Amino acid sequence: MKKVTKFWLFLILAGVIYGIGQALIQTGVLNAFYSNMLTLMIINIILAVSLHLVIGITGQFSIGHAGFLAVGAYVSAIITMKFELPFVLAIIIGGIVAALAGLLVGIPTLRLRGDYLAIATLGFGEIIRIVFLNIEYVGGAAGMMVSNMTTWTSAFVCLVITILVISNFTNSRHGRACIAIRENEIAADAMGINTTYYKVAAFAIGSFFAGIAGGLFSHNFYIIQPTNFGFLKSFDILIFVVLGGLGSLSGSVISAILLTIISTYLQQYPETRMIIYSVVLVVVMLYRPQGLMGTREITDFFGKKKSAKGGI
Amino acid sequence: MGALLQVKNAGIQFGGLKAVSGFNMELNQGELVGLIGPNGAGKTTSFNLLTGVYVPTEGDILFDGKRLNGLAPYQVTRNGISRTFQNIRLFSELSVLDNVKVAYHSLAKHSILSSIFRLPSHFSEEKVMEEKSLEFLKIFQLDRYKDEKAKNLPYGQQRRLEIARALAAGPKLLLLDEPAAGMNPQETHELMELIAFIRNQFDLTILLIEHDMALVMGICERIYVLDHGQLIAEGTPDVIRNHPKVIEAYLGEEVPNAHA
Repeated sequence: MKKVTKFWLFLILAGVIYGIGQALIQTGVLNAFYSNMLTLMIINIILAVSLHLVIGITGQFSIGHAGFLAVGAYVSAIITMKFELPFVLAIIIGGIVAALAGLLVGIPTLRLRGDYLAIATLGFGEIIRIVFLNIEYVGGAAGMMVSNMTTWTSAFVCLVITILVISNFTNSRHGRACIAIRENEIAADAMGINTTYYKVAAFAIGSFFAGIAGGLFSHNFYIIQPTNFGFLKSFDILIFVVLGGLGSLSGSVISAILLTIISTYLQQYPETRMIIYSVVLVVVMLYRPQGLMGTREITDFFGKKKSAKGGI
Repeated sequence: MGALLQVKNAGIQFGGLKAVSGFNMELNQGELVGLIGPNGAGKTTSFNLLTGVYVPTEGDILFDGKRLNGLAPYQVTRNGISRTFQNIRLFSELSVLDNVKVAYHSLAKHSILSSIFRLPSHFSEEKVMEEKSLEFLKIFQLDRYKDEKAKNLPYGQQRRLEIARALAAGPKLLLLDEPAAGMNPQETHELMELIAFIRNQFDLTILLIEHDMALVMGICERIYVLDHGQLIAEGTPDVIRNHPKVIEAYLGEEVPNAHA
């Protein structure tokens, strides 16, 4: 069947990319700086794809995503550092707790629409950050020491799972319900779709993967601090999604890759870094206001006829 | 208990404004009934009461022996009342096929986890949804547009798709809110044929709001007339055509009088 071959193609492609990455790191072609950039890139892709589900597919404009990143980061760090449990478990629990936080935030706020929802989620993101800032157990403002456990392998596995889950969700009756809500909430409701349920579900799944990204993020550096998770971080993630094209999963992936590379290279020019980065954003938005991919997916370019969906 | 839909004294108040009050209506299985009235009479508001968009502040709505007051719109739809909108509300970025598939949403039962892990129930139910939707598009002669985005259809076809989508949700009662609005005479004529066709094909009860009197008088068996949120007349097209209150509501009173 067509769908099945597409799945295997994706896995083979993922395997090849993983193999190349692993070989380059093993043989030392990529030094620590670049292999760290690769891990960061993967974390950014996971964040972009998870927010894509909330904004691009369900159409709920949330700008507090860094809050769920923070939950995942701190919870997983507590589990490995304070309880000394395995890293895998820490990542999973980090994701689950972030999803619960997503439920907690989503149920009251997703009644709001448009700018009101944006402001409310922004507020909740900040609340989560301030909560961590004031908990002595996790080091408060000084931050928390975390040992480096994230590897290319663990990050890549998480990425593949994230993309598979979100793409599978999108290409099902549930994803269609979410897109229907994005397109016209009143009509979706009139078609028998429980809009609140799907908005909250998409939000919780998005938060779950933000939490996973958080687990990878905290174990990639030696320290995490509340300042890592401010609203500027939320905007970084938002920029990935908007620049890639709202509603396009592959767009989010591509823009996360490009922007990570750009911002890493620009670190050599600290004085002009933010200026050049901003100029890149302005130029892209001027020439492609619909985002790099619009609502299309990368698979659309290979002769498949598909409309706004979230295929692999 | 014979009637399919019974509206008893329903009404809604927005602050101090009584948009609709004392609204009584009975629809029997298989009837085609019109709801007319001048602009701002409360026609769409009463549709919104029936479909759960607004919760009535007074009265009762009984459908198929079940009380609908306070149910959310999606629950009302699952109970068998489906609608179209005055200004077309399609899922414009979705394909024509997917628009219909969305309406089949609540017929499938597989969970989110089943879709994420691609369990057999996902594949079997998605396949059924796909087949049913295609069948449906064929009935409405929309199958040649199936991969087109809904927003790219011509206006008349968009109306057609909206009606098809409402029917795909499997209603017993279909509410059409000004289906002929913005249509030329040719399209209106096609629409009349379509309404007559779906009524026979799907064993439906239909309630429609319309300003096009030729259409209303031509196909409706009974007509309700609303004015200022009040029901002022009810009866066959002939009765309504000559009803003094209806003429008054549309054309004004014959003899100039002091304010009532």
